[in-house]
Amino acid sequence: MEPFRPTRGGGVRAALAPAEASLLRSLVGQVITLIAPDGPPQRQLDDLLDWDAPADQPETPDDPVLARLLPDGYRDDPTASQEFRRYTESGLRSAKHQAAQEMLDTLPETGGKFQLTHEQGHAWLKALNDIRLALGVRLGVTEEFEEQWGQLPADDPQWAAYEVYAWLGAVQESLVQALA
Amino acid sequence: MSVAPAEVDLPRSADNPVSDKPWVTIVWNDPVNLMTYVTYVFQHVFGYPKKKATKLMLDVHHKGKAVVAAGAREAMEHNVEILHGYGLWATVQHDN
Repeated sequence: MEPFRPTRGGGVRAALAPAEASLLRSLVGQVITLIAPDGPPQRQLDDLLDWDAPADQPETPDDPVLARLLPDGYRDDPTASQEFRRYTESGLRSAKHQAAQEMLDTLPETGGKFQLTHEQGHAWLKALNDIRLALGVRLGVTEEFEEQWGQLPADDPQWAAYEVYAWLGAVQESLVQALA
Repeated sequence: MSVAPAEVDLPRSADNPVSDKPWVTIVWNDPVNLMTYVTYVFQHVFGYPKKKATKLMLDVHHKGKAVVAAGAREAMEHNVEILHGYGLWATVQHDN
């Protein structure tokens, strides 16, 4: 990959190898599936579709990845948290979905050089962050990520995922720098 | 269940008197979010100058959390919703 660089018009440019483009497409697709408003659990969908339903309040998702992407709004007040979620979760899912979809739509099909407007770059930044959050939670990364990775035997099935996670961090870092 | 008030530096500039603003937006430390990204988000969302955004980011990193804004409850909830959109781990808290 050629890291992101600012363009004269306020946008950014970069280049991806075909395999990198394919990897990003797969990862962002997984986030789209995960946070889709019609995603699991079904009960929340019913709540979202019928605003007048006296149905159960949406609760903190059981899946730790979803719980991190759609976090509680209050740390020490479950009632306020539930109320907050009731009014914000649908919009939050939509916003995340939109950013991820924008990334998918502007990702070069087979890699190569590409340019993004500032707004598209901004959407990429959010979508890349959601991908890293999802992967980070799945891998259980801590602040000592480098040490965690270093202690994995090379034949550990998670080794490749750690490598992808580290690469995504570098991609996002170059994008932040290019947009700032 | 309740937690102790956040022991962090509140923004106490002259035009931002904390005593009149009983609700706060807190950002918690997170092992995934990049330091540069968090600074960028604080600048972009709150319009903070880079120096202030960087200081708040470092507070989050070193102290585990930081109060990034104070004001009316609705405004703080709005902040948290936006920060969740960026993937930051943010909560609303009564500043008592």
